[in-house]
Amino acid sequence: MIVEASGLRKAFGSTVVLDDVDLKVEEGSVLALLGPNGAGKTTIVRILTTLSRPDRGRATIAGHDVVRESTTVRGMISLTGQYSAVDDEQTGRENLVMVGRLMHLGRRGARRRAMELLERFDLVEAKDRRVKGYSGGMRRRLDLAMSLVAAPRVIFLDEPTTGLDPASRTTMWAAITELVRAGTTVVLTTQYLEEADRLADRIVLLDRGRVAASGTADDLKAQVGGERLDLEFADPGELARAVDLLGGRGSVSGPERLVLGVASDGSADHLHRVLDDLRSAGVGVARVTSHRPTLDDVFLTLTAASRVLAPAAVPA
Amino acid sequence: MTTTAAVSPTHGGIANAVGDTLTLIGRSIRLTRRNTDTLVMSIVLPLLMMGLFVYVFGGAIDTGTAYINYVVPGIVLLCTGYGASSTAMSVANDMTSGMIDRLRSLPIRSSAVLTGHVTASVARNALATTIVILAAIAMGFRPTATHTEWALAAGLLLLYVLALSWLAAGLGVIARSVESASVLSFFMLFVPYLSSAFVPTDTMPSFLRGISEHQPITPVIETVRGLLTGTPIGDRGWVALGWAVGILLVAFAGSTWLYRHRTRG
Repeated sequence: MIVEASGLRKAFGSTVVLDDVDLKVEEGSVLALLGPNGAGKTTIVRILTTLSRPDRGRATIAGHDVVRESTTVRGMISLTGQYSAVDDEQTGRENLVMVGRLMHLGRRGARRRAMELLERFDLVEAKDRRVKGYSGGMRRRLDLAMSLVAAPRVIFLDEPTTGLDPASRTTMWAAITELVRAGTTVVLTTQYLEEADRLADRIVLLDRGRVAASGTADDLKAQVGGERLDLEFADPGELARAVDLLGGRGSVSGPERLVLGVASDGSADHLHRVLDDLRSAGVGVARVTSHRPTLDDVFLTLTAASRVLAPAAVPA
Repeated sequence: MTTTAAVSPTHGGIANAVGDTLTLIGRSIRLTRRNTDTLVMSIVLPLLMMGLFVYVFGGAIDTGTAYINYVVPGIVLLCTGYGASSTAMSVANDMTSGMIDRLRSLPIRSSAVLTGHVTASVARNALATTIVILAAIAMGFRPTATHTEWALAAGLLLLYVLALSWLAAGLGVIARSVESASVLSFFMLFVPYLSSAFVPTDTMPSFLRGISEHQPITPVIETVRGLLTGTPIGDRGWVALGWAVGILLVAFAGSTWLYRHRTRG
């Protein structure tokens, strides 16, 4: 295991942001930390990248403790944060060379490496322009390039595609896939289920500082049940009553869609039972569809479904 | 990936620490040089202030000598205040951008980034001070200093600027935003006015005189003035040195500690 953490706990004042979190990442794999805002994803990344100390628990990168051997750890990892970490007033090349020098590649090594990365990230033409004139996509590419200067063994990406347009997002995904092919271990945080489903070998689902579930995307989907029934309603009142009736068995997709998802074993029997329950309570169902669970279902079901249900179940 | 870094580099050690600091000094100087507004301001503003004091207010202030001979050390110190305030802002700019996480997750000493900023600050101040003094001489400033006295004055000013720059770096680390860094460092711009920079302290009301005689800037100014124009210094040279060294030690230790422990959010 190249990344191992056990019993991580962190509080800011009286707010507990991480509560007894365990993690394991196999070398060469991709781990996605998935969760809503405030779930503790960034705090985990900050601890693993030596930027923050855990109050309790310990974490190691390739066996080196992130607190006691922070310099060694920093030499093996890189971090691309949520905010672009580039100097606006330096050129793309100067930014890269600077990081190379600080990673102790030597003057020559740093220059050579900068040129390689400029080529690889399609920034050769812009190399001698100041970064403040770069487009958003170019900045993000430079940011990632700066993270790869010293060929890190583990690369941490904190919400790598938040705020990117679809084309830049696809480019970023391709870059990440290429990194993994070259043997780099990737730990990324994301709020996008699609991103986790697509990139990650394993997913850790976080909810309010705790691990709500973990495993492969398929494992997680299996936890939610073999099949999902989506019950669509004509008006919010019907939905609210259906939620009351089926309560713990379902999850609501969002306030804008009048859909209630219910775990099912896929049998006709179960479908009958659900519809009978609703009919005898006088709740009309507009449409029923059945599908394999998506990560959306996992997300909604496992991250405190009751909390998700509450606002949508009481329509204004 | 086509190529990886050929050798696996080593981290830590004195040679790397020196190299890292030089790299980051280079960065800060480059950033300073390209931040044209700040650079121009830090040179033009003291020149304007000097013109203002010498040609506008100076005629009404009696210091027993040509006013320009009196005011030059004050202008130089005012100039260091401006310099320090822009240093606080550039440190705050690092601290509030994503850059700080990148810098802090590199295998380098935590003081290297601040040392870069402080060195650039001292260099910028030295340049501004030299220009101010040359301009003053063109405007009629007639220092009587020997080579040794020039060297002592320059040495004291450099030490003071170094101390003030570390203090500014610490304020930059604490500040929640670039704007608040500029507010926090406002006192550095204001304190020179409450000293013997522009008027002799014996013209002030007694409570103010107490403040102005016992704040660090007055002894520094009086020492520099004495060295350059032959006014009496007394024991103020030692007081000035004590202040500068004291501020330097506290600010250096405080800033580097804060830099290591300050985290965003």
